Amino acid sequence: MSDFEPTIGIECHVQLKTKTKLFAAVGNDAREAEPNTLISHICLGMPGALPYLNEQAVDLACRAAFALGVEPQKFSKFDRKHYFYPDLPKGYQITQLHHPIVLGGKVKIKIDGKEKPIGVTRAHLEEDAGKNTHPEGKDYSLVDLNRAGTPLLEIVSEPDLHSAQEAKAYATELYLLMKYADVTEGDLYHGNMRFDVNVSVSKDSKLGIRTETKNLNSFKSVEKAIEYEIKRQTELIQKGKAVTQETRGWDDAKQKTTTQRSKEEAHDYRYMPDPDIPPLELTDKFINKVKSEMPVMMPDDWRYKLKGLGLNDQQIEILIQSELELQDKISILPLIEQHLSDKALAKFLANWNVNVFLPLVREGKLKLGKDYHLALEKSIYDLTNQNKLSSTNAKALFEKLISQEKLPEKVEDYAKAKGYIQVSDESEIAKIVSDVLTANPQAVEDIKKGEMKATGFLVGQVMKASRGQANPALAQKLIKSQIDKL
Amino acid sequence: MSIWKSIEEEAKDVATGKTTAVANVEKSLKLIDEKQEYKAIIATTRDRALARAKEVDQKIAKGAPVGRLAGVPFIAKDNFLVFGADTTAASNILKGFDAPYQATAIEKLESEGAICVAKANLDAFAHGSSTENSDYFTTLNPYDKSRVPGGSSGGSAAAVALELSPFALGTDTGGSIRLPASFCGVVGYKPTYGLVSRNGVIAMGSSLDVIGPLTRTVEDAGFVTELIAGKDELDSTMIDRAEKDYSQLDKVSLGSLNIGIVKEHMGGGLDPGVKTNVQRVISSLKKAGANVEEISLPSSKYGLAVYYILCPAEVSSNLSRYDGQRYGYSQEGVNNLEESYAKSRSHGFGDEAKRRIMIGTYVLSSGYYDAYYQKAQLVRTKIINELSSAFKKFDVLLGPTAPMNAFKIGENIDDPLKMYLTDVITVSANLAGSPAISVPAGLVEGLPSGVQIMAPQNKDKFLLSVAKRIEEIV
Repeated sequence: MSDFEPTIGIECHVQLKTKTKLFAAVGNDAREAEPNTLISHICLGMPGALPYLNEQAVDLACRAAFALGVEPQKFSKFDRKHYFYPDLPKGYQITQLHHPIVLGGKVKIKIDGKEKPIGVTRAHLEEDAGKNTHPEGKDYSLVDLNRAGTPLLEIVSEPDLHSAQEAKAYATELYLLMKYADVTEGDLYHGNMRFDVNVSVSKDSKLGIRTETKNLNSFKSVEKAIEYEIKRQTELIQKGKAVTQETRGWDDAKQKTTTQRSKEEAHDYRYMPDPDIPPLELTDKFINKVKSEMPVMMPDDWRYKLKGLGLNDQQIEILIQSELELQDKISILPLIEQHLSDKALAKFLANWNVNVFLPLVREGKLKLGKDYHLALEKSIYDLTNQNKLSSTNAKALFEKLISQEKLPEKVEDYAKAKGYIQVSDESEIAKIVSDVLTANPQAVEDIKKGEMKATGFLVGQVMKASRGQANPALAQKLIKSQIDKL
Repeated sequence: MSIWKSIEEEAKDVATGKTTAVANVEKSLKLIDEKQEYKAIIATTRDRALARAKEVDQKIAKGAPVGRLAGVPFIAKDNFLVFGADTTAASNILKGFDAPYQATAIEKLESEGAICVAKANLDAFAHGSSTENSDYFTTLNPYDKSRVPGGSSGGSAAAVALELSPFALGTDTGGSIRLPASFCGVVGYKPTYGLVSRNGVIAMGSSLDVIGPLTRTVEDAGFVTELIAGKDELDSTMIDRAEKDYSQLDKVSLGSLNIGIVKEHMGGGLDPGVKTNVQRVISSLKKAGANVEEISLPSSKYGLAVYYILCPAEVSSNLSRYDGQRYGYSQEGVNNLEESYAKSRSHGFGDEAKRRIMIGTYVLSSGYYDAYYQKAQLVRTKIINELSSAFKKFDVLLGPTAPMNAFKIGENIDDPLKMYLTDVITVSANLAGSPAISVPAGLVEGLPSGVQIMAPQNKDKFLLSVAKRIEEIV
């Protein structure tokens, strides 16, 4: 389209999965709560109310630091950022301006098979605001302060991204890191991770004027908003017009960005150190404790392990990103992790989930509770290994069972009763083969003449006579040996 | 001659059945009623106070434990969140505000059986030195009704001077306990920053605010401090109590003390009568064998300037929450959100709050932050360091509490700078977070004035013990 190069930086607000708010002992999960039920005098900014820092939030911020490949800062501080808005009860937001808890870090992305590290400038703890709603046709607005005071970690990238595709890869990988480090619930639908994208375009090494598009809550909207901004800014410049430095919003329905606030309207936030909160000083003991509690397997560890099981890159990424796709329905990788020592089983589970399970989930077939999942997959593996299930029947049985809420007590008994188990008893199949050969003399003659095609026909007949339960490989072997004996 | 015995004795009398909590509360309420003309009180908590008094008496009847302040009535400055009456900080914007929880200090006193009977007047949001900035009325000085009681805890100081209750609580951000104590002839004690929880007290300048007692004696101040001090997880800026039992003061020998007299506090501008009072105390100390020397704290002259940058900065931030949206005064009939903010705050805040919001907003604005706020923080550190080195040489520093005694109502009201000068001596202790106490030093032409004694941080018990000795020799 043009020789303009885009430069992109991303700020991501990650909601930390703490039990309580950042500065108050009030429940934090506002997803299902009635408006203004998760509040206290602290969240309401009542006179005399003081903040006190939630240690779990500090713990999670430290985890995030390790996930980004750096040690958390031993010294950090909280500041007040002032502005008036009904969703901000104190008239200021508590955040970290000059001394954030995380400095530096990187996120590795893969573009066209090539790895590229994206720098992280910083990440700081801050409290979320509440939520305003403006009922249509009414002369009032409503404020819900359930979310006010929820802990966020704002992760700021370096402007190292140069395409919408890279930005999407960064957002996705950042999501995986935070999810794997168990820092966030990662519920994108409820805004657990929100992205602000800073985009500019330029023909030379001097950066162009940037816009910031705020509050994107899906990877797709990150990609689309950036694509749109690159195109819009490039066209403006090509027409000889200037890009305005401003804050923009994303209209998902119209798939375009729109002006929200220009630089002239920008707030002076009058930052100042928060005198109610002493500087946060972390001991080596605390930092080491967090480090020792980090989940062992991060995305890159999984990539390495899964490669070792013989999976290809595409399969590996499908599994790693399955977290994202499945949300809290089920986690596949922990199932595999339990059996990493049994390489054959681990590989089976990996393949099975990529090839059978995930496609069925996408078709909306999954009803089975997550507690049963591993048991079912292991049964399928064992029955297949014992030659009791053909691959076709294995899939059919699996599909049948995951669309029920519970597993039958013994999967094998159920499979037998419902006719999924293949007969591998040689004498039983030999009898059927003998009957089939007697009933199809022409085919027998053909085989004797060397027309092997007829074997397939006879196997089919055996399967039919056994109502599909005969082991086809065994049937074929017996057909051959019985004809040879004729 | 006094209306009330010492706090400890009052509690003992209730606990042993010599009198009852109900009788004490009724007595206090009656006194409040009789002395209404001084306008020390904004509101009483009559119903709740009597109900609580009955509970205390019932417990005593049953032989249940009642605590060390059983049935002792007290008065809280109206910037403490208290049940039983509105909490307004004497401001229009909080008129009608019914506290949803109580301040930690109040809870602690109540758990010891004390009973809050009334809310005392103050300069609105504690901004001032005279109670003339109260959105209700000006409190009159018990020694001269034409004069101010000092501020901002003027209602509390006047109440104690009038003995409406055995003690009162105040807050001290730049001198707001000590100045009115000096003007009203009572003891006003500002503990080390962080010794008493600020939770539930309407914030003025959070890095400076301290809660403390106004009492008739130093011993009483120690007794109250003992019961309100100590960690509270709701206030993150608290310190560990370094000393035990402020109610049992040590017998300090004056002969062993090194006392520093801050030269800058004794210089020009000091009222001659006030100076005479201080000098009388100094010569008594010398007579008792104390080593008294002059010391210069050259940075102390910047104290007030630093204070009037940092304090308004924090004020402008702390007052942001009063926006008329969730509680407090909200302007009716507005067309939009912007107008609601502007009109609610314009009506709700008085001139002094507005002045401080404007100064604070200015010094925090981008482009001015470094020149004002940042610079002031640097000078604050310098002042702290200067004080620390002074305390290496001296056990305590002594001087006047304020350069003047109680001034006439209206005398300074149109000259904010002159009004601010009342704090010129007291602010250092707030900037440094160190404890300081004002002890009555006698009358000059019928008006009281106090001496201020300062000690290093965490030396509260030592300071109180020294103050008690000084109280004895005055």
